[in-house]
Amino acid sequence: MDFALFVNQLFNGLSVASLYLLAALGLSLSFGLMRVINMAHGEMLMLGGYLAFLTLQIVPSPISIFAAMVFAFLGAAFVGALIQSTLVRRLTDRPLDTLLATWGVSLILQQLARDVFGPIGVEVRAPDWLNQSIQITSGFLSGVTIPSARLFILLVTAAVLAALALVIAKTRLGLLTRATNQDRMMAAASGIPVKRIDLIVFCLGSGIAGLAGVILALLGPVTPSVGQSYIVPAFLVVVMGGLGSIFGTTVSALILGLISALSQIFVDVSAAQMLILVFVILFLQVRPQGVVAPQSRTLDF
Amino acid sequence: MMRRFFILLLATTSALVACSEEATQGTPEVGEDSVAVGVLQSLTGTMAISEITVKNAEMLAIEEINASGGVLAKEIVAFVEDGASEPSIFAQKASKLIGDSGVVTVFGGWTSASRKAMLPVFERTGNLLWYPVQFEGNECSSNIMYSGAQPNQQILPALNWAAQEDYKTYFLIGSDYVFPRTANLILKKHIEDKGLETVGEAYVPLGGTDFSGVLSKIQSAGPDIIFNTLNGDSNVAFFKQLKATGASFDDMPVMSFSIGEQEARAMGADLVAGSYAAWNYFQSLDTPQNAAFIAAYQKKFGEDAAITDPMVHGYLNVYAWKAAAEAAGNFDPEAVRAAAVALGSIDTPMGKVSFASNQSLVQTAYIGKLNGEGQFDIIADSGGDITPQPYDALTFPGRSCAP
Repeated sequence: MDFALFVNQLFNGLSVASLYLLAALGLSLSFGLMRVINMAHGEMLMLGGYLAFLTLQIVPSPISIFAAMVFAFLGAAFVGALIQSTLVRRLTDRPLDTLLATWGVSLILQQLARDVFGPIGVEVRAPDWLNQSIQITSGFLSGVTIPSARLFILLVTAAVLAALALVIAKTRLGLLTRATNQDRMMAAASGIPVKRIDLIVFCLGSGIAGLAGVILALLGPVTPSVGQSYIVPAFLVVVMGGLGSIFGTTVSALILGLISALSQIFVDVSAAQMLILVFVILFLQVRPQGVVAPQSRTLDF
Repeated sequence: MMRRFFILLLATTSALVACSEEATQGTPEVGEDSVAVGVLQSLTGTMAISEITVKNAEMLAIEEINASGGVLAKEIVAFVEDGASEPSIFAQKASKLIGDSGVVTVFGGWTSASRKAMLPVFERTGNLLWYPVQFEGNECSSNIMYSGAQPNQQILPALNWAAQEDYKTYFLIGSDYVFPRTANLILKKHIEDKGLETVGEAYVPLGGTDFSGVLSKIQSAGPDIIFNTLNGDSNVAFFKQLKATGASFDDMPVMSFSIGEQEARAMGADLVAGSYAAWNYFQSLDTPQNAAFIAAYQKKFGEDAAITDPMVHGYLNVYAWKAAAEAAGNFDPEAVRAAAVALGSIDTPMGKVSFASNQSLVQTAYIGKLNGEGQFDIIADSGGDITPQPYDALTFPGRSCAP
């Protein structure tokens, strides 16, 4: 096998994994905390993409991609807050209804985007410094090409992950979140405002999805249905990662991203997607609890 | 109590009246001196971007014909239905048009899936469909007039051009469905036959946006030229990610079969400028008929509206139907079909064309190179009209249309 192709695909696997991870983190957070499956999560990606488009329309400068990331994060977090406080909060005890209701929200948001921006995708032009690539032309890595956009994605994901880990591990908010995650009733009894924690975590998850939307916009068109194509892999990542564990989500995103990329050396994209599904099914047969098993009494209620 | 009841009754009645008024408004009247036809395109869903403009072109032709006296002294009444980008809905709406609205013919369809879904309806009812888009061939129904290119009128001329330009190695990339798969099957046979080489082939699900793996394969294969049969949004992602790898169209050009003026504009002309496409019509085609058509279309649908190959095929289909009905002297689908293939050449925005006995169009192929304005500079043509071949002789030997 061609060594350069293998290295390229290894790198692509990492970049696909980071996209999966950004899309899945929010899902994993809100599922871990509230046992809510948010079907409208993909639309937060879409929203992020459109916000990036608008930002770059208004302020076209090489570094406005960073402004776009801030706006996308805030915008998606805001819409997340709306969904959580008007819908999800009222349906907490009815998980199936939440599923349907958030799916309805997802359809409404898609149609809104269609009405506002048209059914045709809009294009976000990456700044020139992201439109280059690092090419290795000599040595044993000759033929390896690393597009700077994909390198950028890796860095952003690493930064988001580090920030999130820091928040969860070191801050008061993180402490309260972990407490609520472990035992909601006990946490509420000891005076932790669990409803507010729910809201904040939901916002945070939506915001990260909005950020992922900006990243997606660098690679492809932003269309009303762009979220749909990433939501299924994101669900797979969450399911395989174990309930609500950031570490598990990260590991399973890496595994799935690498499988997807490396299998594409031998088979087509369609077949690679099928292989991923088969892999997840087999994996869950062997390890139904996912990569990381919840060690607390999370599932006791 | 009584008063309340009356108010309620009044409200209900007026609502009912409003409803029925709306219903009658939506249905055109077909009288003694008019003839009903169907226009069936996707007005919603993922294909709407391409199909709405084909509907516009078909409606423009109908309007023009009505303004100049109609067909056989009858006014054309068009029933417009929405196929909603869903093959099963295309079949349903075709049944409805033929059964309920009593249309004598239907103009419409885009994807091969929609055509395949409608085909049994037209064969069962003996009606006639005018299909405007290039496709993969391998089909020959007496109830469909195929005006879009057969493989030997678009794909193979592109290959001949590439071979002449001395491109030796080819990479084939497409969306994962019947048209790209069949097109590439034919291409591979012909590439081999010419003593050239196919160095790779990759498919991405329709609407897929991750091309990292495909691009790695392309880089390691290092083809002279890429033949692209991707459809829809995937094209944007493909070109974007291709550009980001630092590839240049000068070193590794891309020849596309589903990117027209409209798609190029929607994708951003800068992104695809310098890439090639093969069609039977380009907006930049310099003929008086084309100039008149573009002017008429842009007057009605906006000054900077882009014109594409399938739109022109939709437009000429209506005129071909008119000419055939007048030659036959009636609207019977059977008689119209017989007249259409015996019509000889008709004047269209893409030049003089005629229907062959296999109900496909005899037409010229052009190769265009996209410029920065989203228009194609025509750089080569097939050097004359090409007779349509639904079954490629090299790939499917021994198969042909039954006369």
